[in-house]
Amino acid sequence: MSEANDPSISIEALRRGDRQEFARLVDHYSPLIYRLALKMLGDEQDAEDVLQNTFLQAFRHLNEFEGRSTLSTWLYRIAANEALMLLRKRRPETALTDSLPEEEPLEEPTQFIDWCCLPEEELLSAEGRARLEAAIRLLPETLRVVFLLRDIEGLSIQETSQALGLSETAVKTRLLRARLRLREMLSAYYAERLNAGRKAYD
Amino acid sequence: MTDHEHAKCRELLGSLSDYVDGTLGEQLCQEIERHMRECQNCRVVVDTLRKTIHLYHQTAEPADLPNSVRQRLYRTLNLDEFSR
Repeated sequence: MSEANDPSISIEALRRGDRQEFARLVDHYSPLIYRLALKMLGDEQDAEDVLQNTFLQAFRHLNEFEGRSTLSTWLYRIAANEALMLLRKRRPETALTDSLPEEEPLEEPTQFIDWCCLPEEELLSAEGRARLEAAIRLLPETLRVVFLLRDIEGLSIQETSQALGLSETAVKTRLLRARLRLREMLSAYYAERLNAGRKAYD
Repeated sequence: MTDHEHAKCRELLGSLSDYVDGTLGEQLCQEIERHMRECQNCRVVVDTLRKTIHLYHQTAEPADLPNSVRQRLYRTLNLDEFSR
């Protein structure tokens, strides 16, 4: 996605400790990191903590940035780790339940109502948007973070795998699981809307 | 739907993400398309999966950082002098 494109920030200047260049980095990437954290955690205060910790970590570890990934992928990596750590601190039991989702069989679709015909303004009404957001929060965090990086932040499969330290195969599997689960949840909701519309018409 | 057909649905399920992203090999694409001509359920799954992803892309509103959050971030990082 174009937002993630590097706005020609000089890594050399960052390494030299140029504070103005670091401010440019913060200025460009902080809205993206905050959006990821907010969608990951669903809480403004938690998202702000992750935002601050991400750039504090980035500042401390600039010398370790080797340029093997882009700056944005590196920042997303720090932010994703911070968000996952925060979630696991709050709910330690979740770390075990969904640690290796790619080893389980794929969940087969159960919803076969075609809701594509609903008008976009209904699909994306205020209530529809709230459902879309709520559905993301119902994903297990290991799937949620992959979906957010790939489909909301617009990272490629390769960038997502670098950001999360996962193989590309694992990213693809988790992405598919996340998308299929979201489709199931949205289908259940939009099918209700379709039925309500039909009843009103009858 | 027969068990045989359903086995095909299961087999193709793992390729659907790549299929909707346009990154699947030509042979598997053709296999999915051939199957979809005969399987209404898989057609619906593919169409609504594509639509689901499209809707989320639509909702990925331009990232926005509330000013108060931005101010506190710059203060934490000792970058106040660069905060406009």
